[in-house]
Amino acid sequence: MKIAVCIKRVPEMDVRFKIAPSGTSVDETGLKWDMSDFDGYAVEAALQLTEKLGNGEVVVVTVGPDAAQETLRKALSMGVTRAVHLKVDAIPFDNFAIARALATELQGGGYDLILFGKMSIDSSNGAVGPITAELLNLPCVAAASKLEIANGKGTARRELEGAAELLEFPLPAVVSIDEGVARPRYPSLKGIMAAKKKPLEVKPAQLGDLRMTVSTMALPPDRPPGRILGEGVAAVPELVRLLQTEAKVL
Amino acid sequence: MANNILAFAESRGGDLRKVAYEAVTAARALADATGGEVHAVVAGPSGITAKAGALGTYGADAVTVVEHPAFADYNPEALAAFVAERAKGGGYRVVVLIASAQGKDLAPRVAGKLGVPLASDLTTIRLDGDKVVGTHPVNTGKVIATVTLTANPAVVSLRPGAVTAAEKPRTARIETAAPAGDPAASRVKVTQTIAGNTAKLDLGDAPVIVSGGRGLKAAENFKLVEELAAAFGNAAVGATRAVTDDGWRPHSDQIGQTGRQVSPNLYVAVGISGAIQHLAGMRTSKTIVAINKDPEAPIFKVADYGIVGDVLEVVPALTAAVKAAKGH
Repeated sequence: MKIAVCIKRVPEMDVRFKIAPSGTSVDETGLKWDMSDFDGYAVEAALQLTEKLGNGEVVVVTVGPDAAQETLRKALSMGVTRAVHLKVDAIPFDNFAIARALATELQGGGYDLILFGKMSIDSSNGAVGPITAELLNLPCVAAASKLEIANGKGTARRELEGAAELLEFPLPAVVSIDEGVARPRYPSLKGIMAAKKKPLEVKPAQLGDLRMTVSTMALPPDRPPGRILGEGVAAVPELVRLLQTEAKVL
Repeated sequence: MANNILAFAESRGGDLRKVAYEAVTAARALADATGGEVHAVVAGPSGITAKAGALGTYGADAVTVVEHPAFADYNPEALAAFVAERAKGGGYRVVVLIASAQGKDLAPRVAGKLGVPLASDLTTIRLDGDKVVGTHPVNTGKVIATVTLTANPAVVSLRPGAVTAAEKPRTARIETAAPAGDPAASRVKVTQTIAGNTAKLDLGDAPVIVSGGRGLKAAENFKLVEELAAAFGNAAVGATRAVTDDGWRPHSDQIGQTGRQVSPNLYVAVGISGAIQHLAGMRTSKTIVAINKDPEAPIFKVADYGIVGDVLEVVPALTAAVKAAKGH
């Protein structure tokens, strides 16, 4: 079983972002970076699948600047076999261009399964996985909350609004992973030491034209300052009055 | 340059979903700017054609319908092939989908087939000359990106609820079409659609959401949230991740960064402290009410109206007051 997992280096989110002077990106000063949350679930799912089968190889691939190699090393320290860095100066917002770079790398790689996180936690498009599947002409399930592989076939579950659906598909396939599939393990000290010796190949990313760009980034307008109407049950009549007369939602 | 706009009208179980009307409404606004027509596409099992006329009410000039038993459940490959084929054939300026659970799966497939990027989960969209410009919350909603698409066609998905479906009646031409290829031959097959509680309003459709957190103290106290939702009458029940992780509520009820993102007219946060992961899922709600015992809770920073107090006392009083205001 040969599995590729496409991952992304993203900033940690529990900060107050500032906009860079260019106005088209966030100010990276002082940000901490890590593997995108859902990509961590995908790496873990890939490791568990190969461990269960007792053989196989997990390869991580990323498109990013030099610093993205930290994220690849983290995956290697979790137990991934080798890593491929598709190098760019800055990650473009154009998800077709990223999918094209990944598909160029993955094409002909003999992968049984290509996993993604269901979306990156920063740009939140959820598009690179399915577009890559289209470019490779592979079956695809987006945002799987359960995934099982047996006898060359996959089964998955997807959460819908107030419902869910079960799917089956042949391999090779592309699956993007929702949380719930597998909680990512922490790298062990032994894993971290071993990761330093694992192969990490660097190549230029074949992005092609960029046809979707960020023209500005801005902080969302602050909500008008909230009002604490009062304490306890005594404040309920005033709340109901405001919901009727001011917010007009009752 | 092409002036027409293509809208994908989502259906489930042989009925159009609310987001179908949102897609057509958004497409109508774009077509009014270009002077073009809105063409909607619908796929479903036998009988779906009878539902297609309703799209004219929201401004569709033409509706192309494909009926096939293999469209009874979501059929991602056949549906993407069909929408992409229509998009190629018509020379459209913009292809509009809604980023529902189905749309999040379908839209990037359609973009991939058309060889273009997807501007996904937009909260606004407009034309700027030959470009399409939209806004998209990034970094868990803490930053708003304005995204410019120069691809042709521009394929976009809009956040559910970002556009309010509005009637602009016209008599739509209804055309039937054959699927692109054999829908029964799709490699990815939905083997079962597990219905939730269909009597329950979905979080994406409900104008009011009453949501509960750990401040309710125990799973059985969630009935207070349900009773308040029932008093509003048009409300769905949501929950924080802490609550769904503890099994008080199903995972599908979770609102937040890793759960559902919602924008109802009214969001009532009951016993929710307002962790950033939760705020990421509901901060775009039009009016936010918070009830929490801790006056320093971050939820009060985003709430339009707050009550500091014990939810176990305040919520039943609010339920009674809402019932009285609604006249029942």
